[in-house]
This record gives sequence, structure tokens and C-alpha cells, in this order.
Amino acid sequence: MSVNKEFVKFDKVDKSYDGKVLVVKDLQLDIAEGEFITMLGPSGSGKTTCLMMLAGFETPTNGEIYLDGNAISSIPPHKRGIGMVFQNYALFPHMTVYENLAFPLRVRKFPKDEADKKIDKALSMVSLQGFAQRMPGQLSGGQQQRVAVARSLVFDPQLVLMDEPLGALDKNLRESMQYEIKHIHESIGVTVVYVTHDQSEALTMSNRIAVFNDGKVQQLSSPDELYEKPVNSFVAEFIGENNTFAGEVSDISGGKCKVKLASADILANPISVKGKGDRTTVSLRPERALINPSDKMDNIHKGKIEEVIYHGDHTRVRINLLGNSEFILKVPNSSSNLDIKLGNEIKIGWNSEDARALDPK
Amino acid sequence: MSSKTKQILTTDGIPLEVSLKKAEKKNKIKAFLLVAPLLLFIIITYVFPIGDMLMRSVDDKMVTEMLPKTFKSMEKWDGQDLPPEEVFEAFYFDFQKLIEDEREGKLSTQLNYTKNGFKSIIKKLRRKSKSFEEGNYKEQIMSVHRRWADVEYWRAIKRRAPAYTYQKYLKGIDMYENEKGEIINVPEDRRVHRILWMRTLEIAFFVTVFCFLMAYPIAHLLATLPMKYSNLLMICVLLPFWTSLLVRTASWMILLQQQGIVNDFFVMIGLVSDDNRLEMMFNKTGSYVAMTQILLPFMVLPLYSVMKTISPSLMRAGKSLGGTPFVAFWKVYFPLTIPGIGAGCLLVFILAIGYYITPALVGGASGTLISNQIAFHMKSTLDWSFASAMGLMLLSGVLVIYWLYNKLVGIDNIKLG
Repeated sequence: MSVNKEFVKFDKVDKSYDGKVLVVKDLQLDIAEGEFITMLGPSGSGKTTCLMMLAGFETPTNGEIYLDGNAISSIPPHKRGIGMVFQNYALFPHMTVYENLAFPLRVRKFPKDEADKKIDKALSMVSLQGFAQRMPGQLSGGQQQRVAVARSLVFDPQLVLMDEPLGALDKNLRESMQYEIKHIHESIGVTVVYVTHDQSEALTMSNRIAVFNDGKVQQLSSPDELYEKPVNSFVAEFIGENNTFAGEVSDISGGKCKVKLASADILANPISVKGKGDRTTVSLRPERALINPSDKMDNIHKGKIEEVIYHGDHTRVRINLLGNSEFILKVPNSSSNLDIKLGNEIKIGWNSEDARALDPK
Repeated sequence: MSSKTKQILTTDGIPLEVSLKKAEKKNKIKAFLLVAPLLLFIIITYVFPIGDMLMRSVDDKMVTEMLPKTFKSMEKWDGQDLPPEEVFEAFYFDFQKLIEDEREGKLSTQLNYTKNGFKSIIKKLRRKSKSFEEGNYKEQIMSVHRRWADVEYWRAIKRRAPAYTYQKYLKGIDMYENEKGEIINVPEDRRVHRILWMRTLEIAFFVTVFCFLMAYPIAHLLATLPMKYSNLLMICVLLPFWTSLLVRTASWMILLQQQGIVNDFFVMIGLVSDDNRLEMMFNKTGSYVAMTQILLPFMVLPLYSVMKTISPSLMRAGKSLGGTPFVAFWKVYFPLTIPGIGAGCLLVFILAIGYYITPALVGGASGTLISNQIAFHMKSTLDWSFASAMGLMLLSGVLVIYWLYNKLVGIDNIKLG
């Protein structure tokens, strides 16, 4: 069976609320069947608007959205058959958990015994058997969240939308719920479109992540690719920690480029620079730079330690390096790294391959 | 574990409970002192008058005190035939005392409430009694007027013997206790109060329904519109509140009268002919229209305050789960507004049931309510005890409605804002 690569398709979608500002600009996005895709971005980047358009609560100003090949802009939300989990759960407070779950089945006129089976199945999926007769107000935040997930899945939709569903939970609960949702997705194979502004949530859960900024998808790729190979400065900055150097390309050849900084030259991997004289921001992940490197590395520079912060399993070291006083290193907490002291001069090295020369900020 | 719990002591060795009470005492006194002025105010202006009203409505001491000897001698009289001589004698002495104090007029008014025809025969008795001789008062009094020889009139006097009476309450529902002590309906052509009670309930009910039907969409709009529009709309809702009740009622009179603006408009668009203008005032229609308009904010505000708290994502959830907009509204939104509906309806109904000025001005004969009747007895007939009785009946009616509401919906479910 071939997987439908264009199960959901945003085709040249624009959205504006006031006729002056485009919240979503020329959005082109394909979502495959059974995929867990996350829309990630800062607030105001248009990700929730995209979700609302898909759910049917907002209409695109221009362009069309296709669900399984059918244009859905003119279909009202209740006929789209899309499950949705809301930011604040949106459980019906006057109904029991059972009645909440029965709601989508009742409006679809399921016979009672069949509905009961489905409700049992959905509740056991989120391990909430025995809670059917509780009111939502008697449940904890995490339990309410599970009920909301169960309710969005109980009528077997092909597509489930989740709008920052874990935003209101505390850190530990959020992490365990992330795994739980991921496992549910894997076990039933439903297509999930997930919206969040929390990058670690996006990285742990998704098959693919669409990074939104300024109404546009900046990069759409798998979590590892997104982290290792950001295509522009925004993505590099937004996902994970990042050290940057701003400079000008002085030479480009053989898959490497030379970037001229204020005080020195460094070698970098040319990603979005074309030729000599281009302004660029070089991006380097903290864990790719080493202290006291081997001579094989093609970038070795000296820096002065300005701050040392103890984090238990690792130590964060802030170094003034090549005029950048915000250069961060993560040093594993092992006995060989004991000479890290405030004010010491140390050697830092990295491979030019890991230093990505991106568009200037 | 043993049932005896060990007494917990503070670090100073004082039992914890005692210490806690001591610590809280100061706060309690402070709190009480803060509410004391209001409490005093309520006792003076509310509890006392209501208590006095209750007393007044059952108080019948006046006649009892005016004819003490008569009622004492009447105790042995069975009420079948004319009373014996000693009753007449006692009545004569009581009456002489009243003439001395110049209070016989009051007696005649009071007895006339019980039975018509006392006024003239007491006047006559007063004139003739000056020349009465000692002894055989029965003959002498009976010869003053033939009604004095009628056993019915003596029974009427005896009925006024108790110091307390529920006659006024019976009168309030068009019933009375006849000479034999049976409680019966007044003749059909004289039943005014029951009609008024029913009309009061009917108008209050329909005004509540109209208010609800109109206020629900307004409140919904208020709760969902963006702030800048909803503020403006809120001012429109509250504007009538800031206008005098009398001014608003008067403006309805201008609008609704036969030569008024509404009729002019209907004639202009040809809905009614000029010589057949609608009567919209001085009848029930006038009361309905004006009272609905005046009481509308009392429905809008509780509804609004409840709707404001309902998250818009609930309706969205309802729709995304497959409910049509109507199903989502009816199964999700509407049940959540019930506390507001309850509060609004209770408020409007209770206010409407005791409404006075508006029905008095635009209600005419067929649009007046029980409160207008109460006012009539307060101002015109000066039968304050009857007015009090009806006032208390109204009050207890409201309490019954409140109780019923509590049984059906639960007072905890009410939300006023």
C-alpha cells in the first residue's frame, strides 16, 4: 500500500485578518498520511492560524487546502471529521468524561453498545479506565489532557490537530505526556499536526518539523536535520543553542569558505553564501567546539574564559573568542577538564564542516 | 489509635485551640464592626418595618379594646338567638365610654368593614342613647333601629372579639368567613383580587420570557464581540439604567398612545387605518412593552457575566467533534449559561411581580398589578392592615418562588456577576 504523500496539502495559502498584514504568506506544505508533523515557531509566526485554517475555524484569504485530495475551504468544521486537541483542553465542564467522549459518537449516531466499546478503547489508550463517570473539574491537568486526547481520537479521525496541548502542564508531566502522545501516534498510525513553540517538544515527538517565522515556513525537515543542518540563521538560532560569528566571505573554494571577522579569519561550510564579498553569519553548535583540540581541526583559536556555570552533568563555559564574548561551550563533567577556571586562556577548535556560513542576521 | 487525641500545645504551653481562638477573636471583632453599620441599618429599615407590617396585617385589637365589657359578656352567648340583656348592658356602657372619648366614629368605621350598615345605626344610637333610662337596655337599644334587633349584626360584632385575625388575608384572595365561621368565596362579581394576582403572575411571567428572548442574543454578542465594540454596546444596554424610571415610562406613553409615534408609523406604512389606530397603552400591552424594556438590563447583565467566562474554544471543540453549530450551541453552550439564565429570570420575575410605577402609568385598568392595589389601599381607603396583608402575601409568594427555584436549579448555581 502506497502512502499518500499529499494527505494534507496547503497550496499557495495566504491569510490576512485586517487586509494590511499577511499572517501566512504563500504557504506550500504537504503532509503525508500517518505522519507526525510539528509546526514550530515563535508566537505570532502564523502556525496556529495554519492549524485553524485546517480545522475550519478560519478561512484562507487566498489559496486552497486539500484533505485527501479534496478542497476543504468551503466545508464547515463539523463536516471535516478532523479531531482536535485544544490549548486549554476545552473539555465540556458540564459533562462527565464518558459524556465528553460520547459527544462525537452521538452526533455521528453510533449505536450505544458500539459507542461504549470505542469509549472504553479510547480511555484505556490514555490509561484512564475507571474515570468515565468523573467530571472534568475533578481531574488533574494531566488527566484532563489525556481525556482531551482520547476525545479527539474516539471517533477514529484520519487527522488529529493539536494546538499546544501541553502548554499548561508542568515540566515532568509535559515530558511524560510527550512520550505518551508519541506512542499513541505510533500505535494507531493517525496523521497528527502538532503546534508548539517548545523546540524540545518538537524535536522529541515529530517525524518532520516545519519551522515558522514571519508567516513563512523557514525549513521543513526531520528533527536531526533541522538541528544539524539549519538552512538559515533563524532556524539555527531558534533550534537549540548556537554560537555565531558575523563576517564577510573573503574566499570560497572546494566546499570551504574563508570568512573574515574583525580580528581573524575562520574557515566555514558555505551554505547560503554565493561568492566573495557576501555578508554572512557563521553558526556553530556549542557541542561541536572542543577544548584543547587535536591538530586535525582546521579552526583553532585562543579564547579567555569569562564565566563558568556548573550544571551537574556538564559545565557551561562562556568564552570571549574572536571578539564574540557570548561564545558558549558545553564541557562534559570529567576529570580531564579540571583546568577550566575563570580567566584562563584556552585553545578552542572545530571543523570547518560544522561551522555553517548562513545568511547574515 | 485511641479515641482520645492528645491535646496539642503551643510553644508557650497554651492549648492550640485556645490560642487559635484568641488569635482569631480580634479579626472577628474587626470584621463584625465593619458590617455593624449595615446590619443596624438593615434591622432598622427592613426587619422592623416588615415585622410591623406582619403585626398590622393580623392586628385586630382596636375593636377588642373599644368594647372590652361587651366581648366579656358575649363569651357565654352561643350566637344562635339575640344576645341576653347583660350583653346589651355591657355594650351600652362600653359605648358611653367611647362617646366620652369621642371614639365612637372609629368603632362605626371598623364595624362597617365587617358588615355594611353599621355606620348609620351607630350614629343613630349615639343620638338616642343620651335619653336612655337605666335598666332594660336590650329593649331600648333594639328600639333605636330594627337592625339592632337583627342577630346578624350582633354576630358581626362578636366576630371582632379576637385580638388577632386572618380576615385580611382571606379578603386578599377574595374569600371571607361568614357568620357561621365557614370560609367561602365572595360573590363572583366582587372578586377583584384573584384576577389581580393571576394577572400579576401572568405579566411577570411573560415579561421574564420576553426579557430572556431578547437579552440572550444581546448578552451573547456582548460576550463575543471585540472589546471596542462590546463596550459601546454595553453602554447602550446600561444607558436606560441611567435614565429616570419616570422619564422612560413617560417616553413609552409618548410612543404608544393612539396619536403616538408608533401608531403614526403604522398608519404611514399602511399597516392600520387612521380611524382604527391600535390601543397599545392603558392595557396589558403597555405594561408588557414598558416593563420588558425597563427590566431588560437585569437579564442582560447576569447572562453576560456568565457567557464571558465560557471559553470560545468549547464551541469550537463541539464543532470540531462533529456537532453542527446548532448541536454545539444546544449541547455545549446553552447548558453552561443556565446559571446566568436562572439568575436573570429570578431577578426579572421578582422585580416584575412587585412592579408599581410603570403599570400605574401605562397599565390602565387591565394592566395594573397587585402592587397598584396595595398602593390604592395605602393611599385611598387607608385600610393599612389590608395593604399589609397583601404586601406580605406578595413577599411570601416571592419567597416560595425562591424556594422552588432552589429546589429545581439550586441557589448555588446562580451567578449574578
